[in-house]
Amino acid sequence: MVNTQTPLKAESKDLNFFYASGHQALKSVSMPIYENKITALIGPSGCGKSTYLRCFNRMHDLYPGNKYEGQIIMHPDNTNILEHGVDAIEVRMRISMVFQKPNPFPKSIFENVAYGLRVRGETNKRTVADKVEEALKGAALWNEVKDRQQDLAFNLSGGQQQRLCIARALATDPEIMLFDEPTSALDPIATANIEELMSELRHKLTILVVTHNMQQAARISDYTAYMYLGEMMEYGDTDTIFTRPARKETEDYITGKFG
Amino acid sequence: MAVQTTQTQASVLNNLDAVRAMIRRHKRNDILFAAVGLIALMIGLLTLLTLFIQLVSDGYPRFNLQFFSDFPSRRPGSAGILTAWVGSLLVMLVTFFTAVPVGVGAGVYLEEYAPKNLFSDLIEINVSNLAGVPSIIYGLLALGLFVYGLGLGQSILTAGLTLGLLILPVVIVSTREAIRGIPVAIREAAYAVGATKWQVVSDHIVKYSQGGILTGIIIGMSRAIGETAPIITIGALTFIAFLPPSPISDVAPYLNFEWLSSGFTVLPIQMFNWLSRPDHAFHINAAATGAIIIVVTLLMNGTAIYLRYKIRKNIKW
Ligand SMILES: Nc1ncnc2c1ncn2[C@@H]1O[C@H](COP(=O)(O)OP(=O)(O)OP(=O)(O)O)[C@@H](O)[C@H]1O
Ligand SMILES: [Mg+2]
Repeated sequence: MVNTQTPLKAESKDLNFFYASGHQALKSVSMPIYENKITALIGPSGCGKSTYLRCFNRMHDLYPGNKYEGQIIMHPDNTNILEHGVDAIEVRMRISMVFQKPNPFPKSIFENVAYGLRVRGETNKRTVADKVEEALKGAALWNEVKDRQQDLAFNLSGGQQQRLCIARALATDPEIMLFDEPTSALDPIATANIEELMSELRHKLTILVVTHNMQQAARISDYTAYMYLGEMMEYGDTDTIFTRPARKETEDYITGKFG
Repeated sequence: MAVQTTQTQASVLNNLDAVRAMIRRHKRNDILFAAVGLIALMIGLLTLLTLFIQLVSDGYPRFNLQFFSDFPSRRPGSAGILTAWVGSLLVMLVTFFTAVPVGVGAGVYLEEYAPKNLFSDLIEINVSNLAGVPSIIYGLLALGLFVYGLGLGQSILTAGLTLGLLILPVVIVSTREAIRGIPVAIREAAYAVGATKWQVVSDHIVKYSQGGILTGIIIGMSRAIGETAPIITIGALTFIAFLPPSPISDVAPYLNFEWLSSGFTVLPIQMFNWLSRPDHAFHINAAATGAIIIVVTLLMNGTAIYLRYKIRKNIKW
């Protein structure tokens, strides 16, 4: 499944991952991530979707004993972001993440979005305020919070909090955004909001999203990867995967016969 | 058919009776336990209350401003606790500036930076055990280390350092507990935007655990303020008729550290001193001092609870 028109943003090559316990959670996963596209990861619980996603911002580095093997190459600079010489912080500045449950800081709405800029040493008040506004608009939250940016983030609803987390991840102009089941804690309306937002965001950046919801994967993604027991079983453009999957297992999973 | 229905109905009803009887039985245990718990609680509270009332009623004649502003004296009627409360205050000041930076620093380091291995496990066990070491042992340690070893003498500095050491485990443990209460998701959120470890610690970890850390500090201090054994061991004076030099001076740099090496006494020692006099009139002074120590301790604990509530109010997890 090689696509020659769309440029690659990243690709994983023979990626193995071992948790500190010795458990191998990823087995030789190779996959392209195309620029300005949404790539969805699907598969039964425990198959390694989150593990794979969290390799991209080196989240596993936070816990001692975890081990990566293989490569994740980022384009256009051809950096292998798993290499020892590449600082995890540099990687996280290029690739941001939105988690399953909204996890705003116990700070004001404004400070939540501004935090990524503060970390980068941005001190100009004007620049920060402009960036925050831009990010809140990008996350379709501006209209709801523009008059109460100094309120605590916890006072927002769950869906608003998740959009706040998207704004926080957006404020630093990442090249790739990772979403780990971003709507699983939300009601259908908030879910629809976030899905729309992701489709919109694709014009600015590249998205990798884990989802348990088949309709969601079908609705929003351009490419879909089916994982099973730590292996990449099938990868292709979403239409093909959902209408004519090459493998029986993929079809069984998508149609709900299994998983 | 009809017969069968009545039969099942009967069995359902029978069953229901049995279930209700069972629930009643279980509820009885609830009430029983609540009663036992209440009695246990009352024994504790009433003992404390009786003690407090006793002290207040005994010491009642001495509750006036004079008592706070008088030096100790051979005449019980004109003896006061001026040197004692000033001494306690200054010693607590040293204790605070010793235990807080060291304790919070150690707690943050152990939780956030220290590699998890046999060595850090060993430290962990020792810190917890340290909290259980009898306070007089700290006094002996301080006598050897601070008084003779470092030549700090029987001073406010020695006493403050000793009590600082004594409450260090409390501060370390409460710092670690408070840090552990921060959800992994918040920590990961901070790292995910590209923060360094130091940024995560200073912008998040320390801020969100403030309430717990502060509570630990105040509870430690309220324990330290009533400590007597280690202070006697290092040789605090039991009768002292002068104040230490003032920490604030009227010439630049306006601070004065001579008080650190001054002799001193503290509230519980003053109380102990008066109690050991045969003259009953001194016992009134002792009771009044005891009541004051209890009030101060309760106030400190109350402040801890209040601050914890106030700081936690904005944090929901
Ligand atoms: N910290 C860990 N240590 C050891 N094994 C782990 C750890 N975290 C996850 N695993 C294991 O790695 C495998 C993949 O887990 P992962 O969380 O990536 O699954 P997932 O596909 O995201 O599942 P879900 O859909 O339920 O979120 C599972 O077998 C899991 O038990
Ligand atoms: Mg997962």
